[in-house]
Amino acid sequence: MSTAVYERIRKNPKFDELVAKRSRFAWTLTAVVLGIYFIFIMIVAFKPKLLATPIWEGGTASIAWPIGAGMILLFWLLTGLYIRRANSEFDDINSEIIKGAIE
Amino acid sequence: MNRGMLKFAAVALALSWMGLAMAAPDVGQAQKQPLNVHAIVMFFIFVMATLGITYWAAKRTKTASDYYSAGGGITGTQNGLAIAGDYMSAATLLGLTSMTYFQGFDGYIYCICFYVGWPFIMFIMAERLRNLGKFTFADITSYRLDQRQVRTVAAIGSLTVVVFYLIAQMVGAGQLIKLLFGLEYWIAVVIVGVLMVVYVTFGGMIATTWVQIIKACLLLGGGTLVMLLAFSQFGFSFEKLAVQAVANSKKGLALMAPGSFLSDPVTAVSLSLGLMFGTAGLPHILMRFFTVPNAKEARKSVFVATLCVGFFFTAVAIMGLAAITLVGMNPQYFEGGELGSKLLGGNNMPAMHLAHAVGGNMMLGFLSAVAFATILAVVAGLALAGASAISHDLYANVIRQGQATEADEVRVSKRSSLVLGVIAVLLGIVFEKQNVAFMVGLAFGVAASCNFPVLILSMYWKGLTTRGAIWGSIAGLVSAVLIVVLSKAVWVVVLGNEKPIFPYEQPALFSMPLAFFMAWLGSVTDTSVRAAREKEAFEDQYVRAQTGFGAAGAAAH
Repeated sequence: MSTAVYERIRKNPKFDELVAKRSRFAWTLTAVVLGIYFIFIMIVAFKPKLLATPIWEGGTASIAWPIGAGMILLFWLLTGLYIRRANSEFDDINSEIIKGAIE
Repeated sequence: MNRGMLKFAAVALALSWMGLAMAAPDVGQAQKQPLNVHAIVMFFIFVMATLGITYWAAKRTKTASDYYSAGGGITGTQNGLAIAGDYMSAATLLGLTSMTYFQGFDGYIYCICFYVGWPFIMFIMAERLRNLGKFTFADITSYRLDQRQVRTVAAIGSLTVVVFYLIAQMVGAGQLIKLLFGLEYWIAVVIVGVLMVVYVTFGGMIATTWVQIIKACLLLGGGTLVMLLAFSQFGFSFEKLAVQAVANSKKGLALMAPGSFLSDPVTAVSLSLGLMFGTAGLPHILMRFFTVPNAKEARKSVFVATLCVGFFFTAVAIMGLAAITLVGMNPQYFEGGELGSKLLGGNNMPAMHLAHAVGGNMMLGFLSAVAFATILAVVAGLALAGASAISHDLYANVIRQGQATEADEVRVSKRSSLVLGVIAVLLGIVFEKQNVAFMVGLAFGVAASCNFPVLILSMYWKGLTTRGAIWGSIAGLVSAVLIVVLSKAVWVVVLGNEKPIFPYEQPALFSMPLAFFMAWLGSVTDTSVRAAREKEAFEDQYVRAQTGFGAAGAAAH
């Protein structure tokens, strides 16, 4: 039923623009998350002592905890960053493309 | 329909009361905890409320879309809470607190591994899932491939995950309820099974969603309250909390760094892969993406879910650390009242004892009821996902080849959930004395190796053909199960052999790449006419995935 519409969407240069922009953004964020996460896992696996460093000179609480909590917070903020752009900028282009294709 | 509903609810209630009555004589027995009146009263309020919701939902469930996906009418925030409710099981509350209590930072590493799948789902999957799917994730994998074959393997993958996960939850539920409420093990398992079937059969996705939302709020609220009360005893100073934990734990300073638990790099990497990508392949989680009206709301739900999960895991870690001092230094929580002997009720109890330590019987009762509610919500989500795989994938699209009416499909689904309930109860009773810890790992391993690779390839790779999808799924499923069976957790611990055949317990590092490789190999060597047609059909799918045009929208009520 919609193959014709899909083709019209596909031919719209804005479609390519949307896909390129959104993909670049999504993959960049993914790379940041995976990169940080796997560096962390590698440290856990190979250099665990590094994380035992106290937060304050002579203190007991180690940097491991704030690093862990920081990762959780950062990753959540990045998901927020993504939907801020996706739900406004990208979705606007998107609805424009669809409107253009069905008219 | 409504009369049946009432009858069922009455039976459920009667069974629960019967359980209570039978539990009473057990109060004096040694091993079980005394009957916990606070917990039982609060749990009954929860059960009554959820049965009320189920009744309300049953009246609104008219079409297949209402039944499977709540008619696409759930908002992003509601769905986010429900996803969190689906994802955070009692094992999260009890197991991860206990892990931090005994192992320190290793517990928090586990939390982070469980968490990191969420941002990934947000960036790479959420919007495509919503744009392509309808009721089950097999809708996506089979979008342009052979319906019968691809749906069959997807359903096998889903059911494998669901059954292992259900067994783990059932056994956990039985043990927990026996401990917290003073009920017999089998009665607890039957109550969980009956309530699960009632929610799913009568209320479908609408009831399941609201049970999960309520449970998520209770769990977050209860956990936060206990965490704050505990943390306040250290003046909200993390340094003070850490100093006392280190002083009072057998592990000492080792609490503050990654320990022996993840010392082997292969296990660490494999576990982290399995937990991360397994999350993205759990059928009951994926199904939740079809309950929102569009991609915008799907993204919002991941945002909310990520916040809830991340926050809760951090609260759990603080609870674990606080329990080292507040529970570990209080003789009343140990067998025989002796510090250093076994914890009363077993190693999973630090969270519960902590609730008692900071808030007395009232708080213990509340957290016990929350733990029970948590189990109910998780098993309901699992049962619905399993029943949908049977009715929507196997029955409607494989057996009837798309010719079944909606009414038929829903009827089959309801019967399937009943069958799944019976199986879950029976297996729960059979596995009572077994160590089922490996089953959650196995469920995640299969999700990461059998479901995830084919799902992600079907969305992103034009070249995937039916043959590739089948090869990939089967390779992932078989290798993940085989590795777990031959590893220490099953081969030695369960089967009683002397040495494991496979040295590592976590399958994902091996089985996931194998699944990807086989999916690739099966596809590139596939030169059939069908394969060419399937590759061509990617174009339309791609446009729909990107724009959401033609996606199943919210049902008009």
